[in-house]
Amino acid sequence: MATKLSTWRKFKNRMALTLAFLAMSFGLFWLFWILFTTLDLGIASLSPKLFTQMTPPPGSEGGLLNAIVGSLLLVSLGTLLGTPIGILAGIYLAEYGKHTWLGRVTQFLNDILLSAPSIVIGLFVYAIYVAQAGHFSGYSGVIALAMLVIPVVIRATENMLLLVPNTMREAAFALGAPKWKVIVKVTLRASLAGILTGVLLAIARISGETAPLLFTALSNQFWTLNMNGPIANLPVTIFKFAMSPYKDWQQLAWSAVFLITMGVLALNIIARVIFRASKHT
Amino acid sequence: MNTSPMPGLTTQISIRKFDFYYGKYHALRNINLDVYSRKITSFIGPSGCGKSTLLRTLNRMYDLYPDQRAVGEILLDGRNILDRGVSVNELRAKVGMVFQKPTPFPMSIYENIAFGVRLHEQLSRVEMDDRVEWALRKAALWEEAKDKLQYSGMSLSGGQQQRLCIARGIAVKPEVLLLDEPTSALDPISTMRIEELLNELKEDFTIVIVTHNMQQAARVSDFTAYMYLGELIEFGITDEVFVKPKMKATEDYITGRFG
Repeated sequence: MATKLSTWRKFKNRMALTLAFLAMSFGLFWLFWILFTTLDLGIASLSPKLFTQMTPPPGSEGGLLNAIVGSLLLVSLGTLLGTPIGILAGIYLAEYGKHTWLGRVTQFLNDILLSAPSIVIGLFVYAIYVAQAGHFSGYSGVIALAMLVIPVVIRATENMLLLVPNTMREAAFALGAPKWKVIVKVTLRASLAGILTGVLLAIARISGETAPLLFTALSNQFWTLNMNGPIANLPVTIFKFAMSPYKDWQQLAWSAVFLITMGVLALNIIARVIFRASKHT
Repeated sequence: MNTSPMPGLTTQISIRKFDFYYGKYHALRNINLDVYSRKITSFIGPSGCGKSTLLRTLNRMYDLYPDQRAVGEILLDGRNILDRGVSVNELRAKVGMVFQKPTPFPMSIYENIAFGVRLHEQLSRVEMDDRVEWALRKAALWEEAKDKLQYSGMSLSGGQQQRLCIARGIAVKPEVLLLDEPTSALDPISTMRIEELLNELKEDFTIVIVTHNMQQAARVSDFTAYMYLGELIEFGITDEVFVKPKMKATEDYITGRFG
């Protein structure tokens, strides 16, 4: 009887294991396919020219320099604008507004913002900024990207602060520390690695966003650092070049895809390393 | 029950007609108790009897939670610390606390201690170094920690972390040190070291300890308060409480018939 039972249990265990394994393989299969395709098609045209020349007119040689620099500008400014707001709002939610009406409402709205399609954000910024100003601009792109960064950073900050054991907070209060000092010196410090990870993941997310930039920063064939006008960036360049009938443009689009993929991969790895390192100190 | 001051002893804290509420729940009822200066007083009793609750009122820890409320008098140096006008941060500089689980802050050993001191005093670099060393020596951690003051406080063992928390508490030079089951997360050897430490610390500080370990209360404390269901059942000199308790309920608890 007992052996029969254990055979049945072993069988069930093996079944569950097999199903889980199959599901995992199915998921990874596509991921690796995507990675392989980007590598295969992107590496082919990888050359120093990508980083030294501007996006070309069809039929002539060129690179992606203006799009790379534009993307770096948009992403870094969007992050710089969104991160402080996100961290401060996350602090409010975790440390001050936990049981308040305002806190709950903010949390709910943030959940919505977190799952809002990025094209909605793009159209929103188009309506409130671009349409009013009368022209596309880098600044509007920065605002759209910041609006994508904010909810991710709020969520990361809030979750990481809530992970700090309450006893640590009490211990700091017990020494006679005022609340802001407890937050700045103790709880924020304890969750720094997690918040940093959240910021890096937010950067990874916005580096590939196309929809919000399509309605805001648009694109630019030429070199510019003028944030008050249309500015080149990798995602919209990919969109434009990949949809074009020109072979060399399509090839450049694959190079841009490769660059973004590698950038995002690197950010994810850095985020993991930081998070893991913090657990060992 | 006798709560009149004992001869030859100075009262540090007197608790009078004290009630405590968690929301609507009446957690402590009419507590009257004196804590004597430079003695160790232990609060014992079964889980949920209110011993930790009472301890946490002595530094107004309950202030952090809006639905918790205290009524009555707790006199420290002749002042009712429950009064609205009392500065909680100044009170906590006078009344330090050590928690059940070691709670080192995510910073170096040195900074862990300097953090609290900086809140209340402005010391020069040299004075701060001296204070950190003084606190670590008092907490019997200096020999183990002197070569790694810049290491994270988290890198210490559990027992060392708890002694770091004690050092952190006394570095502020409080009058009273509250300990909430300080050894329940520690191994027997670390526990023994902390108990020895408490015996030395009582020369400088008034100590109140909550423990669910009756042997510990018997070993370390001078006075014992036995609590049950939010009431103070018996309070007296530890030896008397343990050897010939006045109340039947106390006897039942300490002889292990219940609890």
